[in-house]
Amino acid sequence: MNPIHVRDLSITLGAVQILHGISFDVRAGECFGLVGESGSGKSTILRCLSLLMSSWQGEVLIGGENLRAMPLARRCKTVQMVFQDPYGSLHPRQSVRTTLSEPLRIHSMPDREARITRTMIDVGLPLAFLDRFPHQLSGGQRQRVAIARALILEPEILLLDEPTSALDVSVQAEILNLLSDLQARRGFTYIMVSHDLAVVDHMCDRFAVMQKGHLVETLTRGALTGIPEEQARHPYARELIDASIAYDRAM
Amino acid sequence: MSVILDVQNLSVAYRGALSPAVNRVSFQLGQERLGIVGESGSGKSTVGRALLRLLDSADITADRMQFQDVDLLAASERQMLGIRGKRMSMILQDPKFSLNPIRKVGDQVAEAWLAHNRASHKEARARTLEMLTSVSIRDPERVYDMYPHQVSGGMGQRIMIAMMLLTDPQLVIADEPTSALDVTVRMQVLSILDRLVRDRGIGLIVISHDLNLVRNFCDRVLIMYAGRVVESLAACDLDRAQHPYTQGLLAAQPRIGGPRRPLPVLQRRPEWAEEPS
Ligand SMILES: Nc1ncnc2c1ncn2[C@@H]1O[C@H](COP(=O)(O)OP(=O)(O)O)[C@@H](O)[C@H]1O
Ligand SMILES: Nc1ncnc2c1ncn2[C@@H]1O[C@H](COP(=O)(O)OP(=O)(O)O)[C@@H](O)[C@H]1O
Ligand SMILES: [Mg+2]
Ligand SMILES: [Mg+2]
Repeated sequence: MNPIHVRDLSITLGAVQILHGISFDVRAGECFGLVGESGSGKSTILRCLSLLMSSWQGEVLIGGENLRAMPLARRCKTVQMVFQDPYGSLHPRQSVRTTLSEPLRIHSMPDREARITRTMIDVGLPLAFLDRFPHQLSGGQRQRVAIARALILEPEILLLDEPTSALDVSVQAEILNLLSDLQARRGFTYIMVSHDLAVVDHMCDRFAVMQKGHLVETLTRGALTGIPEEQARHPYARELIDASIAYDRAM
Repeated sequence: MSVILDVQNLSVAYRGALSPAVNRVSFQLGQERLGIVGESGSGKSTVGRALLRLLDSADITADRMQFQDVDLLAASERQMLGIRGKRMSMILQDPKFSLNPIRKVGDQVAEAWLAHNRASHKEARARTLEMLTSVSIRDPERVYDMYPHQVSGGMGQRIMIAMMLLTDPQLVIADEPTSALDVTVRMQVLSILDRLVRDRGIGLIVISHDLNLVRNFCDRVLIMYAGRVVESLAACDLDRAQHPYTQGLLAAQPRIGGPRRPLPVLQRRPEWAEEPS
């Protein structure tokens, strides 16, 4: 298990600088949150870390090893991403079995059937679902498949981009429980983007607040639960936390 | 309290569907804020669209669907054209789809006002700036000249509220009005909507999947499951909900400062979709 070290991560797309010198550290086995207004660059950070975007500057180390220098195969077995939209992120004409076996085939992994079986059990899906297609699955089942696809190469780090935002609250509860359970059993490290500070409080010990491409403050859970020495100092971070608490509490 | 809307046993069946999307829903609405909450697919938006009679591919039945002096079941399409967007308005989740992308937002509001008022363009512009100010837009002159893609989600929703109020509606149906907005902006938009609705005595129906929203913002809440209203409560009594579905939804929701144990998962029961209301 390895910590993640991000230093001075910047990216410019076209004429616009999207990220401005982002730095943060994530401990091995931690769930680290990324919050902030829409368009502030949260997803972009995950896209940079997964090298879906590669034109960034800065340094990302995983266990001291430079992410960019990692061979592709090992990088895929180290970092995987789960996207927000379980409808858009699965191929509509691929069965669950194909979705899960493709990465294994590409990376020439042995024992494919056993790995697929184990992963299905891990995410709480019946094996009969292997022959289903995305349109035959509910939103929560699709997100389980998306998580299974990310887990199939047995990575140590999962980048979770609003993994429950498109789901109903009862289905969100199931997916959050699954993520917590996997983390406890398998020691994953998560970076989780969410716009919902109640979800962040439930999952993360520490989180960073983003605004307009800047990381304005890194906070602990205590900033949400009222621990005096942990309170946010940055005005936007305070505004976000105050609004979220006001929204979360009954009048 | 005067009744603005009276709905008795409203059912809606989309043609070709196995079961009705809305199943014998009844409620009354006065000058108040009524929340309709439930999971996706429970029939909330269908109720809203049925009230506006915006359902071409569905059969609507009811014992009664009375909006002030109008029998919504018997009204002709021609009568509905005089009601929709005038006496009864709808606010949707994403204002961008309701605005013309290639025209300045101010001109669109002004044009909507001119459609209901005989006046000069100069006067329409002045009224529009007034309307934008009334929804707490601080620099209305600048916003007037913006195109839809240049306005933020919160600003877009304020513009939609301003537009909707031009015709002095008596009933407003807001379908997930703030679901696409950041939490900091959400509260501002809700309080603007709240103030205008109170000041003008409008009846407001807020459709949302968000329990916090209806709890904080509405007077009364209907909880829908599989097309049926399983429970109806004062918003302040939501924590004392009796129905296991409502209780299950509330329990599944993580809360700031809540315990770190696994979230209780909803155990759905078939009789929730069947039992009489
Ligand atoms: N491929 C892209 N090209 C240009 N701009 C982009 C691209 N992807 C995202 N952006 C811009 O980058 C900013 C940050 O976006 P994003 O990371 O998606 O924000 P968040 O996830 O916090 O909502 C936004 O202004 C967005 O419009
Ligand atoms: N145009 C349509 N044709 C057929 N079925 C529809 C249509 N719109 C909605 N439905 C179905 O009706 C039910 C209720 O949908 P809806 O009112 O949109 O729920 P909600 O707004 O609570 O998410 C769902 O099962 C949905 O699939
Ligand atoms: Mg994003
Ligand atoms: Mg809806």
